[in-house]
Amino acid sequence: MIKIDNLTFGYFDSEIFRNLSFEINEGEIFTILGPNGSGKTTLLKCVERLLSPKGGNIVVSGKDLRDYSLKELGRTISSVPQIHKISFPYTVFDMVLMGRNPYLDFFSLPSEKDVKIALEALKEVGIYHLKDMPYTDISGGELRLTLIARVLAQNTSIVILDEPTAFLDFKNEFLVLNKIRELRDKKNLTVLMTMHDPNQALRFSNRVLLIKKREVVALGKPGEVLTPDNLRKLYDIEAELLQIAGNTFIYPKGN
Amino acid sequence: MQETPLYTQRETKSLLTLGQAVLILTVLNVILFIISLSLGRYKIDPIIVSKAILGKVFPLKQTIDDTVKTVIFDIRLPRVLAALLIGASLSQSGAAYQGIFDNPLVSPFILGLSSGAGFGAALAILIGGNYLVVELFAFIFSIIAVLLSIFISRSQKSPNTVTLVLSGFIVSSLFTSLISFFKYYADPYTKLPSIVFWLMGSLSQISMKDVIFIAPIIIVSLILLYLLRWKLNILSLGNEEATLLGENPARLRSIIIFLSTLLTSLSVSISGVIGWVGLVIPHIGRMLVGPDFRKLLPVSTLLGAFYLLLIDDLARSISASEIPIGILTALIGTPFFIYLIRRGKYRWS
Repeated sequence: MIKIDNLTFGYFDSEIFRNLSFEINEGEIFTILGPNGSGKTTLLKCVERLLSPKGGNIVVSGKDLRDYSLKELGRTISSVPQIHKISFPYTVFDMVLMGRNPYLDFFSLPSEKDVKIALEALKEVGIYHLKDMPYTDISGGELRLTLIARVLAQNTSIVILDEPTAFLDFKNEFLVLNKIRELRDKKNLTVLMTMHDPNQALRFSNRVLLIKKREVVALGKPGEVLTPDNLRKLYDIEAELLQIAGNTFIYPKGN
Repeated sequence: MQETPLYTQRETKSLLTLGQAVLILTVLNVILFIISLSLGRYKIDPIIVSKAILGKVFPLKQTIDDTVKTVIFDIRLPRVLAALLIGASLSQSGAAYQGIFDNPLVSPFILGLSSGAGFGAALAILIGGNYLVVELFAFIFSIIAVLLSIFISRSQKSPNTVTLVLSGFIVSSLFTSLISFFKYYADPYTKLPSIVFWLMGSLSQISMKDVIFIAPIIIVSLILLYLLRWKLNILSLGNEEATLLGENPARLRSIIIFLSTLLTSLSVSISGVIGWVGLVIPHIGRMLVGPDFRKLLPVSTLLGAFYLLLIDDLARSISASEIPIGILTALIGTPFFIYLIRRGKYRWS
């Protein structure tokens, strides 16, 4: 689905990552894990074409990313940004409706059909009751769900989420990740996301990429890749794996 | 989400639907239009005004005095039409600027437009140009000021809103100091009063020729900007999100800046500097119909036309001698803004 080939990115002389190559398969949840400053967000922005890499190629559905028109790209890849800069107090519904923009002509407005799709997306995410609320007045978890509904309205096969659980409380963290997995199952979405918590990556992803500055530590199934050894390499921390009721948990050692 | 919300919930509840707001404002505009034509030293009954207007449109038999017709159509109509057009232009472009800069406290004047226009007008007056030269110079230099602001901000590696606003501030200061220089050297009995009067803004000198000259461009720009109202919602989300939604924010922003600047420059060139309209009206519009630009833009346009016509009526009827309209709009606009900010509804940046 997404083929990343020899990708190198850097600002001026400093390289963030070099010769990165991997593939993301259709319908999988692919998680990138790494310490702060490891280039996770940069990598996502390269796939979103918000940044252009120094070298290498990204091929999406058999077509070079650079050959997509903006509109085409908006119909292929959608994103939930990590930080949404608060703008005017649009309603939650209006916010979701904006996901229909890649399907609109320059001078046209969303049609009845677009409105229907947006309402459907709100129902699917389970925030229909919020539709007339100003999106500036809802909780962080609800805002994340609003942006996920916008992604659904955008109706793309690939969804990118940059730390979808950042700033969320314990309950909302779980709620959002569960919703992402549920929607992936229902719509066969290809999900690419970054994360900080190895336990969540373990629980919610099909494959995990561990990156540290300039190098790939490991890539593979979460159960195989998230080992104490790799976690030491990645975070410089001693951790052990605990088995509780058939589930694996990663627990950092220490006092 | 770490940022404080711009508005509280109360603010965003819209009072009216788009249909209601458009209907009410249209009716108010028609009523005020007739009243404005009847107001003045030579009072004319609004019913006679209505009859005279209908007589222009339909071939009715009329018994209206020629003097009355002259007062209505030759003296008052150009000014009333100009007030409607300028009010609509300043308000619509103000709303559009707030959208593209994602900031409720900006208007086209932040890019140095008004001081550029003032400089052009002062220069024309100084070299003894007639009113046409003054209008032309005001128009050209207002555009130059905006282009200069954009050019200065482009020399930064990553131009953003702040660099653009700061560039606008620099350009504004430059032209303002040049205006002061001109004032200092201008003949204090003939030219200085003209410069000062122009800078305060007034619709009293407007002729039918001015109106006919600016109306087509203004109306076309108003329509084009109106057609882009949905895109203003997208642009207000910021560059990255707009791109992810399949839009080219740089191109779109240029088009919208171009249209808004054209609207404001044409208005200012015939009226002088009339501040605060483009700031105040979109806020009232937001209170009426909410922040969605699909509703806000048409409502701001109609409301702006109504507001400026009302203020101009006050400007010419409060006292025996005319009050420059720019003074009135500032006197009304600033307290309104202080009120909004004191209520803690807006962030400053």
